[in-house]
Amino acid sequence: MASTAIAQARAWYWQRISAMVLMVFVFIHLGLILYAMRGGLTAAEILGRTQGNLGLAVFYAVFVLACVIHVPLGLQKIAEEWGGMTPPTAQLLTRGFAALILVLGLTAVWAVTAP
Amino acid sequence: MSTEMSSNNPSLISVRIWRGTAAGGFQRYEVPRAASQTILDVVTYIQRSLDPTLSYRFACRVGMCGSCAMRVNGQARWTCRTHVSKVIDESAELEIAPLANLPIIKDLVTDMTEFFDKWARAKGQFKGDATRQDDFARVKPESAQRRAVDAGIECIGCGVCYSSCDVVAWRPDYLGPAALNRAWTLANDERDTQQLERLRAVAGDAGCHACHSHFSCTERCPKRISPTAGIAGLKKKVGRLAAKGAL
Repeated sequence: MASTAIAQARAWYWQRISAMVLMVFVFIHLGLILYAMRGGLTAAEILGRTQGNLGLAVFYAVFVLACVIHVPLGLQKIAEEWGGMTPPTAQLLTRGFAALILVLGLTAVWAVTAP
Repeated sequence: MSTEMSSNNPSLISVRIWRGTAAGGFQRYEVPRAASQTILDVVTYIQRSLDPTLSYRFACRVGMCGSCAMRVNGQARWTCRTHVSKVIDESAELEIAPLANLPIIKDLVTDMTEFFDKWARAKGQFKGDATRQDDFARVKPESAQRRAVDAGIECIGCGVCYSSCDVVAWRPDYLGPAALNRAWTLANDERDTQQLERLRAVAGDAGCHACHSHFSCTERCPKRISPTAGIAGLKKKVGRLAAKGAL
């Protein structure tokens, strides 16, 4: 019981920390899009800028990791409170979803930044 | 039946009141309108003049005891300090129901056992270690801790916050705003000796971490307390302990 409460308290502050990271990253991400979009863009132009760009790769890899921490914790509460799932079921489901966004996210980052 | 006489007659308020248990329904009454009439006045009029079988709770009638909370037109309120004119205009009707999130015993009376048991579960009891031989503890009124206590200490235990809280509806084991507000006032009481046990008791998804900061409790509290602020304070205190592994 006590260990569950500790795990829940830790989950809460991990969600807080990841939310802080996401807030900063989302603004940079949106700013970057607005900046890059001036005057229109083609896929070839995008790839020309992103391929081999290590800074961009690190930025978006951290972005994906912050999502992987943040999203399942929130989804778990929704599944429990609105979906009526038991905590173990909700956790299993949302951890599966976290694995999915980890793989999809990192694959996407690799696809556009690999040299 | 002249027009003068009928203009002297007070107009009537149409009132729908919950009758029975959870499986009950609304029953309609007509109550004479009066100046400065409270919702509790309306309920009392019905019970004394129209239907003596109506059950409801009240005690002090002046906003001190926390007995008379009900849902009025969908919102939990302290009925002794709520004027009818604050809730409806002259054409609308009143709907009075028992508090939400609590089992109904009969009509407007709810079973508040679980509500107060949760105060106990949140370690809502003061426990000191001073004896009568010791001097009084000197707590500075301007200290941050004392101010935090002042902000939450006037709770009258009416259950309005508990009835208004979505998280209580979704998680029946959630301690709720009133119990957590009580825990927060004690967590800031430097004389209290159960600090660690209390923070353990309020940690986790049955405690402060379940709060989504909807602010319904803060919005509805008749004593203008912000349980949301207290719960946020508890999250911080518990978070720091959990990070250190001291929880």
